[in-house]
Amino acid sequence: MEKKVVHEELNFQRDDKMNLTMIPGKFARSMRTCLIWQFIRFVIINIKMIIVVGKSH
Amino acid sequence: MARVVVLGGGVAGHTTATFAAKWLGSQHEVVVVTPNSKWNWIPSNIWVGVGQMTKDEVTFDLAPVYQKAGIEFKQAKAVSINPEGNESSNKPFVTIEYTIAGKAGQTENVEYDYLVNATGPKLNFAATPGLGDANGLGEFTVSVCTADHAVHANDELQKSIEKMKKGQRQKFLIGTGHGMCTCQGAAFEYIFNIEHELRKAGVRDMADMKWISNEAFLGDFGMGGLHMKVGGYVVSSKLFAESLFSERGVDWLIGAHVNKVEAGKAHYELLDGSMGEEDFDFSMLIPPFAGVGLKAYNKTGEDITATVFAPNGFMKVDADYTPKPYAEWKASDWPRTYQNPSYKNMFAAGIAFAPPHIISKPMSSVNGTPINPTPPRTGMPSGIIGKAVAHSVCDLIKNGDKAHLHEASMAEMGAACVASAGKGVFSGTAAAMTVYPVVPDFEKYPGTGRDTDYTFGEIGLAGHWIKHILHYLFIYKAKLNPGWTLIPE
Ligand SMILES: Cc1cc2nc3c(=O)[nH]c(=O)nc-3n(C[C@H](O)[C@H](O)[C@H](O)COP(=O)(O)OP(=O)(O)OC[C@H]3O[C@@H](n4cnc5c(N)ncnc54)[C@H](O)[C@@H]3O)c2cc1C
Repeated sequence: MEKKVVHEELNFQRDDKMNLTMIPGKFARSMRTCLIWQFIRFVIINIKMIIVVGKSH
Repeated sequence: MARVVVLGGGVAGHTTATFAAKWLGSQHEVVVVTPNSKWNWIPSNIWVGVGQMTKDEVTFDLAPVYQKAGIEFKQAKAVSINPEGNESSNKPFVTIEYTIAGKAGQTENVEYDYLVNATGPKLNFAATPGLGDANGLGEFTVSVCTADHAVHANDELQKSIEKMKKGQRQKFLIGTGHGMCTCQGAAFEYIFNIEHELRKAGVRDMADMKWISNEAFLGDFGMGGLHMKVGGYVVSSKLFAESLFSERGVDWLIGAHVNKVEAGKAHYELLDGSMGEEDFDFSMLIPPFAGVGLKAYNKTGEDITATVFAPNGFMKVDADYTPKPYAEWKASDWPRTYQNPSYKNMFAAGIAFAPPHIISKPMSSVNGTPINPTPPRTGMPSGIIGKAVAHSVCDLIKNGDKAHLHEASMAEMGAACVASAGKGVFSGTAAAMTVYPVVPDFEKYPGTGRDTDYTFGEIGLAGHWIKHILHYLFIYKAKLNPGWTLIPE
């Protein structure tokens, strides 16, 4: 039988605690270091943080 | 001419002193008493602890900065406060002991009109046997709480990496070293930065990594966790923390009070009362924090420490310290002006003020051992409080005793926090988070205690870029370079 190994999913089997969590797949992981997407997120996070900083002073 | 004495040149004290000096000008005196010659951007100690920054990159000399600002700098530690003066004078004073070479051990009484206590935490390694020696560097464990500790931590880490390269498995145990610790965020950053470095070094498969902490659930962070809007759901930080630990293959043990550390072994008690032990080859356990142990005396020399300070050594301020059950905790218990209730010319800022109670749900083991995080007071609240106190003191000096005091309640302010999960311009990640407010207000926000429009978190490279930029921005600001007042706390 041919195995279908999804690397990102292997940690579910490490123990029961990990088995019951959510683990990001390949796409979600790649977006975390995708330069274009992260540049957009950089702008958005900065705006959000500036709003919170503004509300706190 | 009035004299403002600020004890402690950390995040809160430095903010108070520099703004007070700017607003008061040369007509009044600002004095800073702090034991170290250098200022340390503590959040970047994490990167020193994994060899990604040097001590020099996270510290700078305070003397030239204070000289530029017209602040008198006394490299000394405060020992005691006489808020009523003594038998020969009514003038309040603080007794300091110099730490600067050539004068070390000499004492002096420094008179003040206004005193701001911003002495931060005492790293209470002694609370857990084996956790550290008098110098705090740790007998069996390492620490990243100071730049020197972080340098030592990295030396030990590199030894472990070398061993793994030679084929020897290593067990990493990172977290909190006592049931009453705070600062889980720093330990969280450290474990994921180590994990990232081990992958870069090609030895991740030789490492077993475990988190041990006093949180009742992963992602509590001493704030009772937080809820965020994600994909149309409102989700607890527990889910995200567990997800990250699982993704990176880091095991976890929570609700743990580490009660003893030996060579290669940490002993702990869990919330269910059971006792256990965890082996390690490398361990960084954050010590619990206490006040720095300042004493207070009245005019006749009687010890009034218990009047001025809470039992944990932090200074009492305008909080509601009445003991009450968790269900009755309110946002209004938290201080607003940070003025000492007994002596109105005394304030406390940053970690030095005594919180009314913890933020997380109180927990103790079935044996009665308290196992819960104590409240974090991170950089942004410490800076905001320091600035509000500087404002109040300046107004009191300029407008007299009836001046309006500035307010900065942690139940009404938010905090932006970026937790590094690995350093690298293209490969780094960090969890960028904001919480609003820091202390949940269940009367105003009955569901989660916080405004979910302003409470969010996400992990990615963007967070790392922000963390790295903040490193340079805050050091630039602390050096009082042009435009420093425009950079928010
Ligand atoms: C490893 C680590 C990582 C962190 N990362 C983050 C982060 O990413 N983001 C964040 O927001 N916060 C972070 N924090 C928390 C942040 O560092 C603190 O919130 C902040 O430093 C508190 O400011 P403070 O002025 O109250 O105390 P400190 O900055 O500790 O300053 C206290 C000062 O008082 C001095 N002092 C001590 N005793 C005396 C005495 N007897 N007399 C006079 N002076 C005295 C000390 O030398 C020090 O200069 C981190 C903390 C640690 C340990």
